[in-house]
Amino acid sequence: MNQLIISAATEGAAAVNPLVPNPWEMGVVLAGFAVLFFIVVKFVVPMFEKTFAERAEAIEGGIAKAEKAQAEASAALEEYKQQLTDARAEANRIREEARAEGAQILAELKEKAAAESARITAQAHVQIESERQAAVVSLRSEVGTLATTLAGRIVGESLSDDERAARVVDRFLADLENQNAGVAK
Amino acid sequence: MHLPAILPWGAHDGFSKQMLLVILSVVIIATFFMLAARKQQLVPGKLQFAGEMAYGFVRNSIAKDIIGGRDFMKYVPLLFTLFFFILVNNIYGAIPLIQLPSFSHVGGAYVLAAIVYITWIAIGVKKNGLRYFKLATVPSGVPVYILPIVIPIEIISNFLVRPVTHSLRLFATMLAGHLIVMIAGSGIEFLVMQENVLLKGTSVLVLAGAIAMYMLEALIMALQAYVFTLLTAIYIEGALHADSH
Repeated sequence: MNQLIISAATEGAAAVNPLVPNPWEMGVVLAGFAVLFFIVVKFVVPMFEKTFAERAEAIEGGIAKAEKAQAEASAALEEYKQQLTDARAEANRIREEARAEGAQILAELKEKAAAESARITAQAHVQIESERQAAVVSLRSEVGTLATTLAGRIVGESLSDDERAARVVDRFLADLENQNAGVAK
Repeated sequence: MHLPAILPWGAHDGFSKQMLLVILSVVIIATFFMLAARKQQLVPGKLQFAGEMAYGFVRNSIAKDIIGGRDFMKYVPLLFTLFFFILVNNIYGAIPLIQLPSFSHVGGAYVLAAIVYITWIAIGVKKNGLRYFKLATVPSGVPVYILPIVIPIEIISNFLVRPVTHSLRLFATMLAGHLIVMIAGSGIEFLVMQENVLLKGTSVLVLAGAIAMYMLEALIMALQAYVFTLLTAIYIEGALHADSH
């Protein structure tokens, strides 16, 4: 059996050189390759490339959309921040104004009060002055009368006696007091 | 090296298993990618995702990375077709009952290498005119007195040896893998049929070795498809940018 195998092998090797091609096989490979190449060029590659392009576009479109949304969001945030700052500034301004106004009102009130008190003081002064004038006027007339009366009494009595003179003065004063008391009553 | 033909049955020349497998590979690849690419959904299903992964691998990892720039899209179909045509035909060798990598028959490898050879020379000539042959064989920056040695070497390596190695690399790895698996199978069969029990037992060792070789071959089948396509991309890139090399 061994010899059979060996003889078959040597016979085969002699008959066929493996480097010599079979032209029919070459033809089939060429034709098969050509057909496959045609299908690949015509259908497979364009379809895959189209899918790739569409996918890339979809992804890039998505990214662009996301970027736009983000830009919009940050713009809105910026706007809100701006508005918030404006509102704070406005509030501060209003507070400052109110404070200034309050201070002004207070100052006005103080001024008015001071004016009022000055006015009242001045009025009191005027009244006191007029009363004083009136008192002076009445005093002046009364003192003249009194002095005249007293002088008459004194002259009517004897002026030589000091004791008597003293009594006259005392009597005059007592009369004056009684007179005053009567007037008071 | 040739199996008896299917049509006419048993004839030496005729429609063989290898030819049937080549045609089948075209049907398999075309069907798979047409189905995968057809839906064109933005969010891919499983089939479309698998197709896109496979296509994207050739497109980006081979064509874009090697050729680069804006030019690479023109060569994606060629590289894509080459890669999957070779891959499927190689993987046949790892499928039980089929077990015939199509490129273990040298004709197919010659055809593909020739297609690539013609392609990159055509690209080089189209890009640079006839000056391309000077650019491809006279390296810049080499002293004049070395040129008589360098130019023949460049001519031989670029225009004569390149297509030969390109085709034989694929063919030889497939044939060798095929032979190893076949020889291991025959060896196991031979050892199992021996009278001596100890000798019979050694078939287990051969089986273990054969399984390891089978795994290695499966790797090489995929790897050779990649290598063939990668080299094609490198040749095309060299032809496109001959003036900067």
